[in-house]
Amino acid sequence: MREINKIFTYFRDMNKQALLFYPFLSVILLALFIGGLAYGAVAIPLDHVLDILLGKGSDKIAWQNIVLQSRLPQAVTALLAGSSLATSGLLLQTLFRNPLAGPSILGISDGANLGVAAVMLYFGGSLGTLSDWPISGYMAVILAAFLGACVILGLIIYFSSKVKNNVMLLIIGIMIGYLASSLISMLNYYASTDKVHAFVMWGLGNFSGVSLEQLPFFGSCTLVGLLMAILLIKPLNALLLGEMYAANLGIRVKRARIGILLCTGILTATTTAFCGPISFIGLAVPHVARLMLGSSNHKMLVPVTMLTGACIASLCNVLMVVPGSDMILPLNAVTPLLGAPVIIYVIVNRKNIQYFN
Amino acid sequence: MERTPVIKTKQLKIGYPLKGGRQKVVHESLDLDLYPGEVTCLLGLNGAGKSTLLRTLCGFQSPLGGEIELMGQPLKSYSQSNFSRLVGVVLTEKTNAGGITVYELVSLGRHPYTGFFGQLGKRDKEIIEESLLAAGIAHKSRNYVSELSDGERQKAMIAKALAQQCPLILLDEPTAFLDVTSRIETMVLLHKLATKQRKAILLSTHDLDLAIQLGDCLWLQEKKRPMACGTPEDLIMSGAFETFFSKEGIVFDPNTGKLNTVAPDVPIGVEGDFTTAYWVGNALIRNGYKPSPVCEGQVNVYCEASNRLRIEFPGGIRKEAGSVAEMIDYIMSCESSCRDGA
Repeated sequence: MREINKIFTYFRDMNKQALLFYPFLSVILLALFIGGLAYGAVAIPLDHVLDILLGKGSDKIAWQNIVLQSRLPQAVTALLAGSSLATSGLLLQTLFRNPLAGPSILGISDGANLGVAAVMLYFGGSLGTLSDWPISGYMAVILAAFLGACVILGLIIYFSSKVKNNVMLLIIGIMIGYLASSLISMLNYYASTDKVHAFVMWGLGNFSGVSLEQLPFFGSCTLVGLLMAILLIKPLNALLLGEMYAANLGIRVKRARIGILLCTGILTATTTAFCGPISFIGLAVPHVARLMLGSSNHKMLVPVTMLTGACIASLCNVLMVVPGSDMILPLNAVTPLLGAPVIIYVIVNRKNIQYFN
Repeated sequence: MERTPVIKTKQLKIGYPLKGGRQKVVHESLDLDLYPGEVTCLLGLNGAGKSTLLRTLCGFQSPLGGEIELMGQPLKSYSQSNFSRLVGVVLTEKTNAGGITVYELVSLGRHPYTGFFGQLGKRDKEIIEESLLAAGIAHKSRNYVSELSDGERQKAMIAKALAQQCPLILLDEPTAFLDVTSRIETMVLLHKLATKQRKAILLSTHDLDLAIQLGDCLWLQEKKRPMACGTPEDLIMSGAFETFFSKEGIVFDPNTGKLNTVAPDVPIGVEGDFTTAYWVGNALIRNGYKPSPVCEGQVNVYCEASNRLRIEFPGGIRKEAGSVAEMIDYIMSCESSCRDGA
């Protein structure tokens, strides 16, 4: 624990040249990104990977296909999904003034989950195939995820005006999550086996759900969400003082609230629809970012959270590959390994962490 | 001298709208003025509606009726960003600002003036530094807000309000939760800001002593009674305080400006050195006597020095006490012996 503290102190001192974070994290991200391209169930030598990436091609068509058709979109998806979830976690933590808020804790992921379940289990749409639906399968899934996330967000906003206590609100979020899960179980019960299997696989979490063709759509949705988050930096900082102070500082609180929730909705829903409900990244990454940065000032915190989220998701992407075998672990088997210790550390040390006090 | 109020209310009615178009009126017919250069203290028991009044003046809730004029124009005519340049607030609301530095906290006060991303210009930075200095918290500007004591936090929030460059600052119980020295520091700071920077300052408080000591003007708010406004001394001498605090079992003693459960009524004459006489009086009140001018037929205390108190009992008995404690002993024992004798 002391070692970790030392590392954090080291980073905090760097805060004086806070701009160092960008090149530092970018280098790590690039390394992990290339790692994700080079390392997988099929062993491909690094120089071949680089050749393929640089457009020189490879003598093995299969390798070329794996790198360009499968690993590249997966690595980009991991990067964007990590950024999205981390950012939406940060926004929720600031908005609800609760360091333990996050898309999965407040039930927002479950809402998206429910939407996806409704489409996949009831209507039979799916991410990969085009169904006989007027809109293509994955669009229906995304739309349903977004609607589900927004409904839960709306419920949370409603309850947040009734229940001022943050812990109570978290418990309500967890309850809403259970309600959504219960509906999902019912859908599961009545659905056919192959649909249930597809849904369960989706639910384990995966960065490989986005094909190269879908990548532009996924990318633009998440980038819009991330851009929105950057535009929200000023109100987010004012909201650190609470809504009354923010209003007195000239912030239109209602508008800011809606903006933040919309942004969170877009980011969580898009990511959940394509990658499944991913736990812990949204909850833990903002803490890692704040501890490294030693500041809750969103001017630095938002971009650093985005970069850190991308790094950690890319790391998970690499860790999913079981060494020496062709097995790939489910994403949600890996994220808690990284996320849960962070949250426990933060809770145990909350008295010494500035942003808790 | 003609003075223009920063804020002026006419027949203001405050409270909450209820379902079905009904209203819960907390207070009505309020005609209030706040002037630049003055600290006004809003006093009232819990539930008297202090917070409702403050919230209404802050624009957090709408009045049920009447008018509020801010700098000569109706409050409603201001946009939110213009309003935030005129009224700064310091609230009791718990903030989540532990993870930013004091400097960053105060720089939030520049939000009404900065652009979309809140980028600070050269002038903004100067104003932030001036505000930090004026609030006496500049030495902590690089510290995290979480590292501050309660009193320092209050100063930082006041600095934030100063950075907003508002002619009016409203504070909700700024001295609650503070220890004695921080309370006095905070009040003295506010008084200094009012005088030096010509701010109009309104604060709600339960600190009767400090309000009487440092408030230029007091507002006594109580349910179903018109607001009593004026300088503390005028209010005390006109008897406004006595009616105001006439809750059962509690009395306001206009001689001392203190609240007590019973008004002392047995007079004891006190005379002599000012400081000694004041504290002798304090001890007498605590023991149920009323310090009065010296006269015949009662116990009189002549304060020659803090360690030479001459006591004259009716009937010519004289004692000399070397301390206040000794004096009280003599008076108490005499009283019991007199009672026995009678």
